Amino acid sequence: MDFDLTEDQREIKNVARELLSARSPLAKVREAAEAAEYDDALWREIVQLGWPGIAVAEQHGGQGLGAVELAVLLEELGYACAATPFLSTAVAAAVIQAGGTDEQRRRWLPGLIAGETRAGVGSPDLVVDGAGADVVVLLDDDGARLVSAPESEPLVAIDPTRRFATVRGEGEALGADAADRVRTAVAAEVVGVCQRALEMTLDYVKERKQFGVAVGSFQAVSHRCAQMLLHTESTRSAAYYAAWAADAEPARLGEAAALAAAAGATGAREVPASAIQAHGGIGFTWEADVHWLYKRGEVDRALLGGAKRHHAALARAAAQRLAVPAS
Amino acid sequence: MDLTFNEPELAFREELRAWLADHEPGREPDAEDANYEWRVDFQRSLARDGWAAVHWPPEYGGRGATLTQSAIFFEELGRAGAPLPANVLGLLLAGPTIMSWGTPEQKERYLTPILSAEEIWCQGFSEPDAGSDLASLKTRAVKDGDDWVVTGQKVWTSAAQYAKWCMLVARTDPEAPKHKGLTYFLMDMEQEAVTVRPLRQITGESEFNELFIDGARIPSENVLGGEGNGWKVALTTLMNERAGLAFFLQVRLRQLLDRLIAEAAQRDLLDDPVIADRLGELHLKSEILRLTAYRGLTAIEKYGQPGPEGSLTKWMWSETNQQLTQFAADLLGPSALTAGGRWSYELLRARGNSIEGGTTEVLKNIVAERVLGLPKAR
Repeated sequence: MDFDLTEDQREIKNVARELLSARSPLAKVREAAEAAEYDDALWREIVQLGWPGIAVAEQHGGQGLGAVELAVLLEELGYACAATPFLSTAVAAAVIQAGGTDEQRRRWLPGLIAGETRAGVGSPDLVVDGAGADVVVLLDDDGARLVSAPESEPLVAIDPTRRFATVRGEGEALGADAADRVRTAVAAEVVGVCQRALEMTLDYVKERKQFGVAVGSFQAVSHRCAQMLLHTESTRSAAYYAAWAADAEPARLGEAAALAAAAGATGAREVPASAIQAHGGIGFTWEADVHWLYKRGEVDRALLGGAKRHHAALARAAAQRLAVPAS
Repeated sequence: MDLTFNEPELAFREELRAWLADHEPGREPDAEDANYEWRVDFQRSLARDGWAAVHWPPEYGGRGATLTQSAIFFEELGRAGAPLPANVLGLLLAGPTIMSWGTPEQKERYLTPILSAEEIWCQGFSEPDAGSDLASLKTRAVKDGDDWVVTGQKVWTSAAQYAKWCMLVARTDPEAPKHKGLTYFLMDMEQEAVTVRPLRQITGESEFNELFIDGARIPSENVLGGEGNGWKVALTTLMNERAGLAFFLQVRLRQLLDRLIAEAAQRDLLDDPVIADRLGELHLKSEILRLTAYRGLTAIEKYGQPGPEGSLTKWMWSETNQQLTQFAADLLGPSALTAGGRWSYELLRARGNSIEGGTTEVLKNIVAERVLGLPKAR
């Protein structure tokens, strides 16, 4: 039993944190969001570093690593709230690698890794990075489909750090666990969103003084922060469990992804919402940066399909396990 | 990252499962004294085959188990429907504290009878006016020749009616700042000056006692860790408190949840979206608790200290157990409220979960101050 990142994975995390804090501070995120554009310079650098192909086999030009390494990068891009199409590009590449046909791999992977092929991911009415996408991983109740040359209609959603579209198209079936892999990846991004919202809040409540003391010394505030940590760490436990299962024990991925999605859907909403509350009036202004995280969190929650459907799936899975005596 | 058990861990689990299969604990007796005897018998049988304290080093009669193996031990006890050993406070708290702070003579004297359940231990920390604020405790110990003479009152003392020894923290220097004037004693419970009175809980049973100490004598050789060092020694005890228990409690929670899901399935209630939602959420919380507890274990094994997740599991457990038992009452209706029934007992007993071993409010303060670095709470 070793539920921790390896040294190599930790190194990937540190490198990503360092690069993103230098290249994509919140001022840059704001600039891109207000211009309604991606941060193209950052995206080029990310492509040069090979991040979109982190979970793609070397024979297809990727780095040959797995879902845990992808989760590490997604966590850091969520932490930065970076304005790039990384989520959909890397996730499309990862699910095509894991469950696509050879033909799909040859057709899509090189372009995705090179940043030349644009991907989107989401449900028909809300596809992240969907505007102008060449290929879309479309989620619905039956799983995930790969739609090429999709019929898409741009959509302005509440999260201005990304571009959206509604997408229609039949598409081709992807591997049976593609939807689970997508949700695992989104939950990993949520971990970073929560972590950032928590840290920004801690910085603020240590500084902000009322009644002559830092507001973080009031239990009404500090206990809220403790609750934010609980949601953040719960999401982290479930997201990394699912990422590990995707690589090492695919038989456990179905339930693990439902755990990650349910925990992530809750964390994605509760933690950034608490961040706004703990910032007080300033937290409700456009000028403070916490709203980027709340907006991304709400969209990620929608991508995960909310919490309730996963709760129901988990209850069914638990009941089924009880009906079949454990060996 | 590897969330499977390795070969030594699997081998340990197989050996333990085989032992438990050969030593079925039988049905838990209802009456308190009979229940206690049952737990003594179970510990003796564990001790005979070297299973009583797997986490103790071999030199003291343990198996030198890793933290993960120790977690497996408690998970398997829970899974087998076995009780916690009668001397759980001795095995988990007194033993490790004596190993850390004891003189060679103290280790020689106390450790073996803990293992065999010959000498039961209780913990004399909390007082009526010193609960969450433990360091403000008032029980006084005054030097008299080679002895210390102790006067005061302790509360929430589990197993005191059966205990031979008490881990007692008392104030030996009233002039010193409150954390500095304390000393940790090993007090003999078998003396006239110590009176044990059972505390009746909201469940009707008495797991805890009050302890009235009126001039009890403790020889100087029974000071543990040196005079005035009691706060540090007590922290060793408190740090040991939850590590293994967490896994036992987590499995018990899982069993209770499985029981509720099975009852819901039997009544064809799983298709009700509201019920499925609540049960699934409880399943989620139960799994997150297990996963987070394992993250905590890894952190301690690799870095020698728990990460931020380490402070969260007790809080998660108590909240989930309370939600579970209350939802059972909603779901099962009046049958869950029948006095003497399993669910009605669990419903009431769960109210203590967010108080015992650190109230949720204090745990949140600890998280805020020590993990998140926020200023001291007001």
